[in-house]
Amino acid sequence: MWSFSGISNSIHEWLSQTFNPTLTIIIEMVIAGVAVIGLFAGLGLVLVIMERKVSAWMQIRLGPNRVGPKGMFQSLADTLKLLVKEGLTPTGADKLLFNLAPFIAMIVAMLLMAPIAFAKDFQLWDLNIGVLYVSAISSMMVISILMAGWASNNKYSLMGAMRSGAQIVSYELSAGLSVLSIVVLTGSLRVSDIIQSQADGWWIFKGHIPAVIAFVTFIIAVTAETNRAPFDLAEAESELTAGFHTEYSGMKFALFFLAEYVNVFIVCAIGATLFLGGWMPFHIGHWAGFNHVMDYIPSSLWFFGKTFFLIFVIMWFRWTFPRLRIDQLLNLEWKYLLPISMVNLLLVTAMAILKWHF
Amino acid sequence: MTKVELKIKMGELFPSAPVEEGGEWLNITMAPEDWLAQAQQLRNDASLLFDYLFCLTCIDWKTHLTMVYHLSSTAFRHNLVVKSKLDRNNPQIESVSGIWKTADFHEREVYEMFGVNFLNHPDLRLLILPDGWEGKNPMRKDFEDPINMVKL
Amino acid sequence: MYRQTEIIKDASQPGIEGDMVINVGPQHPATHGVLHLVITLNGETIKKVEPHLGYIHRSIEKMCESLSYRQFIYVTSRMDYLSAHINNHACALCVEKGLQVEIPPRAQVIRILMDELTRIASHELWWGAMAMDLGAFTPFFHAFRERETINDIMEDTCGARLTMNYIVPGGVMADLHPDFQKKTKEFIQLYKRKIHEYDELVTGNIIFQNRMKGIGYLSPEDAVSYGCTGPTARGSGVSSDIRKLYPYEIYDKLEFDEVLESAGDSFARYMIRIGEMQQSIRIIEQLIDNIPEGDFQAKTKAVLKLPKGEYYSRVETARGELGVYIVSENGTTPYRIKFRSPGFSNLSVLDHIARGSKLGDLVAMMGTLDLVIPDIDR
Repeated sequence: MWSFSGISNSIHEWLSQTFNPTLTIIIEMVIAGVAVIGLFAGLGLVLVIMERKVSAWMQIRLGPNRVGPKGMFQSLADTLKLLVKEGLTPTGADKLLFNLAPFIAMIVAMLLMAPIAFAKDFQLWDLNIGVLYVSAISSMMVISILMAGWASNNKYSLMGAMRSGAQIVSYELSAGLSVLSIVVLTGSLRVSDIIQSQADGWWIFKGHIPAVIAFVTFIIAVTAETNRAPFDLAEAESELTAGFHTEYSGMKFALFFLAEYVNVFIVCAIGATLFLGGWMPFHIGHWAGFNHVMDYIPSSLWFFGKTFFLIFVIMWFRWTFPRLRIDQLLNLEWKYLLPISMVNLLLVTAMAILKWHF
Repeated sequence: MTKVELKIKMGELFPSAPVEEGGEWLNITMAPEDWLAQAQQLRNDASLLFDYLFCLTCIDWKTHLTMVYHLSSTAFRHNLVVKSKLDRNNPQIESVSGIWKTADFHEREVYEMFGVNFLNHPDLRLLILPDGWEGKNPMRKDFEDPINMVKL
Repeated sequence: MYRQTEIIKDASQPGIEGDMVINVGPQHPATHGVLHLVITLNGETIKKVEPHLGYIHRSIEKMCESLSYRQFIYVTSRMDYLSAHINNHACALCVEKGLQVEIPPRAQVIRILMDELTRIASHELWWGAMAMDLGAFTPFFHAFRERETINDIMEDTCGARLTMNYIVPGGVMADLHPDFQKKTKEFIQLYKRKIHEYDELVTGNIIFQNRMKGIGYLSPEDAVSYGCTGPTARGSGVSSDIRKLYPYEIYDKLEFDEVLESAGDSFARYMIRIGEMQQSIRIIEQLIDNIPEGDFQAKTKAVLKLPKGEYYSRVETARGELGVYIVSENGTTPYRIKFRSPGFSNLSVLDHIARGSKLGDLVAMMGTLDLVIPDIDR
């Protein structure tokens, strides 16, 4: 199997030989930071154009097709426009919180990049509580939304923020429980362990029906957590004009926008890692020959393929479903998803103890 | 009920109100003071049941205003036009928004456009004109707006 | 019967501390125009909705007083711009009542064909916009695919796509375009092929049904009392189709059903419009191959003069009953003209049905009332 570990090790060795240990770590951190920011910007551009193309495809139209080949540079042009646009701060707004909120949104999204394994041995930080870290950090997203909604001094924003608060706090539970079911099966919170445990098959296939239930719950919950339609009540365009970011313009709006797309990418990456084996190629039990053929496809392709498939699914939701109402949204979580995921966790635990899974 | 039957019935109920048959529907002219009681009768009488007020408007005749109520019955499908002459300088008539709820909005429109004061209307405020509108009522014949009005 | 009125009694005491008042409009994505609603909220629950109108008031009634009977029809297609033909039709009917002219059969059929095409186009737009109000964007484009075809047909014959001024007193302005029959048949085929998408995409969606069923209940008594007409009233089971009750042109010779639902909620109003589109298709199918030959316009004088008197005509637009009331003083211009617009009365019921429901539902209810703001303001 191809691996990135050779490249990263050689860089590390070269740096260690050239500089002292402290400087090495600092330089490595800078490289990682630049890589994350680059990825962040790149993902934003790719996902925005992807969303526009997917929506155009579903809406029987062409989508952007003027800037660059087949309109592929459209989001670049949009970014340029947003960069040169005036970033207004409303007079009555709480200036500090108002300006801080988009940065918190972005910082949270960036922090979440840390434990994600993009390919074999290509991971920023393989910490031993990787999955827990993701759950913990992603729930901080709500702070930025609440902050933006409160500080805008706008009733639409405030309502959007309150909706979003109720929604994210609720759906965190189901997302957490469905993540936990995979942790129970694996016996580890470490991302690399979870991926390795799927070397003989992905959890969605190995874990029988409970894993499928957990996967479906996870997808629903993360769609809600990232404020995507049909759970986009925080920005509910037809009700609250733009919800919590009504008052934002220019680059501050762009940061929220970017953070949303990067969040979508991250939750899909987590979903792909937990249920679809991350960068692990499609393996079936002990069919060595088949598994070997699959290994020829690079691990990064596997990872991005799965992640973008999940992203496509979430975009599909957005462009086909109408929005839920706030009470229906909370009913869905507290009356259906949460009990289901609790029972499901119990089933998974029993399955793990009795070794019923493959 | 046909137009003729309706005319006979009107004669029984409101002997003092003049009836006119010229147009498509039967016209009856009521005095503004008696209108509320008569409206209730029209609405509730078992053989009339005028439960649908499909048009409410006012006409400025330069000497007086005329309120026009177009009534219809969803049960019997007969129509009636009720008119009421109002004093042009101090036009006032009882509101019928308690009987036909659609009158609420229509009366507010007539109030601002013609200046008719509807007594006992629950919420007689400007509906279409901007807040703080001062000056004449736009739909009256003597209204002039040299800036915004285009004469052809 | 008065289910939601009872909620108000305990929920609404205006002016209580803790009320939140928000302005929806005049510029707001949900109002589809310049409607201004002042909404009093308790959390997400609506306590009061207060419409403020006039942002697009052009005083068409006053304008018409200085326009001749031929001229004023062109203004009326700017009222309810989604059913321009039907507005013109109402005015033409009213003037014809005064003139006592006989309309040639060909003109009558053309008028009905145009009316029904307009009705479908209007309902298509409503369907897309309604789904958009609920947060689903895709149906809008699917609706426009069919609507564009109708607009193309209109463009051929009338020269315009939105504010067509085709129906004039005495008949129609010009004869049909030679392609009209062919294109209309093609449209019917397209429509029949695509109609199942509407149900798959929106009607059958569980989220959509949950958002619509039991929301915005309007009792039949209230529907009549508030003067609701069209699909709004028929959703509550009130028979109010002018084409059936007071037939004009040759509607009494055509076979079509008045679509009625009894639930009185948003979903019933939705289903009415979906059903009406199919009924309109039915009417077009009956007529498209049977357009009589002959004149498309009756002979009328160049300057029309209505005898002294009052004339009232009622037609069924896509939104409900449109009444045109002309008071003539034997002049070349109307002395007073009143348009009884369906939207104005339908809007007045919004406060009544919205109280006690959630903010998100208000948007859905406004969608099912199918408000066109220029029609309300006039």
